[in-house]
Amino acid sequence: MTDEPATSEPPLEVVAEPARPAPPAEAADIPLLRIEAVVKQFGGFRAVDRLSLDIRAGEFFALLGPSGCGKTTLLRMLAGFETPDEGRILLDGWDIAPLLPHERPVNMMFQNYALFPHLSVRDNIAFGLKRAGMPAADIRTRVAEMIALVKLEGLEKRKPDQLSGGQKQRVALARALARRPRILLLDEPLAALDKKLRESTQAELMALQRRLGTTFIIVTHDQDEAMTMADRIGVMDRGRLEQVATPRQLYEAPASRWIAEFVGDINLFEGEVASREAGRLVIATRDAGSIVVAAPLQPINKDVVAVAIRPEKVKLSRRGPASDDADHAHAINRLEGVVTDVGYLGGLTTYKVKLDSGAELRSSMANTARIDIDAYSPTHRVVAWFTPDDCLVLEQ
Amino acid sequence: MSARRIFAGPARLAAIAPCLWMVLFFLVPFGFVLKISLSQTAVAQPPYLPVFDFTQGLAAIKAAFAVLSLDNYRLLVSDNLYILSCLRSLVVAAVSTAILLLIGYPVAYAMARLPQRWQGIAMMLVIVPFWTSFLIRIYAWINILQHDGLLNQVLLALHIVSAPVVWLSTDSAMYLGIVYSYLPFMILPLYASLAKMDPALSEAASDLGASPQQTFWLVTFPLSLPGVVAGALLCFIPILGEFVIPDLLAGSDSMMIGQTLWLEFFTNKDWPVASAVAVVLLVLLVAPLALYDRLQRRQLEAAR
Repeated sequence: MTDEPATSEPPLEVVAEPARPAPPAEAADIPLLRIEAVVKQFGGFRAVDRLSLDIRAGEFFALLGPSGCGKTTLLRMLAGFETPDEGRILLDGWDIAPLLPHERPVNMMFQNYALFPHLSVRDNIAFGLKRAGMPAADIRTRVAEMIALVKLEGLEKRKPDQLSGGQKQRVALARALARRPRILLLDEPLAALDKKLRESTQAELMALQRRLGTTFIIVTHDQDEAMTMADRIGVMDRGRLEQVATPRQLYEAPASRWIAEFVGDINLFEGEVASREAGRLVIATRDAGSIVVAAPLQPINKDVVAVAIRPEKVKLSRRGPASDDADHAHAINRLEGVVTDVGYLGGLTTYKVKLDSGAELRSSMANTARIDIDAYSPTHRVVAWFTPDDCLVLEQ
Repeated sequence: MSARRIFAGPARLAAIAPCLWMVLFFLVPFGFVLKISLSQTAVAQPPYLPVFDFTQGLAAIKAAFAVLSLDNYRLLVSDNLYILSCLRSLVVAAVSTAILLLIGYPVAYAMARLPQRWQGIAMMLVIVPFWTSFLIRIYAWINILQHDGLLNQVLLALHIVSAPVVWLSTDSAMYLGIVYSYLPFMILPLYASLAKMDPALSEAASDLGASPQQTFWLVTFPLSLPGVVAGALLCFIPILGEFVIPDLLAGSDSMMIGQTLWLEFFTNKDWPVASAVAVVLLVLLVAPLALYDRLQRRQLEAAR
């Protein structure tokens, strides 16, 4: 990327937009994009089901969900390829639902890039600028700028089939950004890249987004990708938004059992609230005995709940925490069992422990020392422990 | 190197069979035709001179060779009839191909955009006429177009015309017959190239500000060009040598080269001139055939 400061010039409107009436009176605090109770139905199938969402200007927003959850349909409605059956989509307070795709100040980067195979890299990037009626000299400048932005210098005359996967991805990005859209929509932008390239491209996309200040909405089924890049993540399932939160909130305070299981790995134990005391709940679990948890902020109404503990919060030791160890003072929950499975992943190792009660508990621990004399192997007997604060109580 | 390895051993034998076929059933007969085209017509059996008689020894064959001449080709150039029928063939083939493209493209485009399960049915509908003999279908058209045929009856009944219209034995009837017969050959390659096009490409164009018309002319049409060229050649080449349709549906005032050939051969019994016409027709077809072959090869390479 070049070093010129991103903010030196105001974002230029490429599309000569017709003079619009002043936004409504309450404009002061309207979000860039407001999705209001949008419904999209395909035959009898509700792909998007009364979904509402606000997206702020300059945000990097990820729509995350399993395939078929409606995230791509939602993105396609924002681009204009599908029209909502109900609800409104407001951009700057104005309903864009009646606008055709080529009339929207929004651009999309397609999953398989959809580069025009008969046009060169340069002509692919210039395609949208020409349609906007930009003067030829300006087009040349803008294309050169975009090519520098995505580091494709020297490949201007190549055709798409003469490019590698990573280069195609950059052309698609440059083409979609060339018109300086209000919102850039990215449909699984990194799915076609191999793992190494995906990681470096993630970082580049984030840097680019911060530099340009353009609002990015990315659709992905890859939670690592969403967690790494997005400011906020909307988790979708069956056409609905299950939770909208920052990556950290999503991981540490999932709104439901489904999200807790969908995002990352988790141990879940079902049980009933046995007793409540100040700041603590004791849950009598079916498979793992009593577990003491910190009382959540929202009062628990149901009796049947699930206790959730992320594997990395579960520590293993041979004897359990020493009672005089300050670090371990809160480690009230101790579960004993036998290691059944060890997965060495380099940076960390995952363990499966068969508890004496019969349940399985997963733990993962960082390999902080190069030579670990204390490593556990299958058949080793261990004590797994975690604090009440490490546990979540989920009602549904 | 890999190509050489593929054609080693038994595989090489397999490659000989088609070559042998071509030599026996194409190259050798073409040699006969070429030889006859250089001979003189004669009232004899066969109706031309000289006849190579390999029993008469080398000297006789040498003498026969000396008699061969380009006279028939000179005749083709000097007589308007042949040049005009050549030109008419080219014009008819070009006009028909243009009409076929204008009708075939929208049909293929619509087919490619049908829901998947309807595409197969549409394809069947395009192919189904092939199940009836071509000749019977042309005779059916004669029936429809003749003086008291179906078309005139309908037009009279609807009071669109007051007297029967002459349809048969006109160029319009011939074009109708040609377009009707060759339409599947135009639609199928066009459909193939349009159906395999990624719909995301036109979405990308419209996302980048192209109106539906711009999307078609800037993206869809250029990408369907291989199908356009394939369809056009697949129609142009056989129409150029077409004999049956113009003979049955067109008037007798002007002829296509196929008709001229037939006339020379069967009516005038002038085998040498007919052979010369056949050679000229083949030469006319070499350019579009070579073009088609190159295109096919390029597509095969692209598909690899």
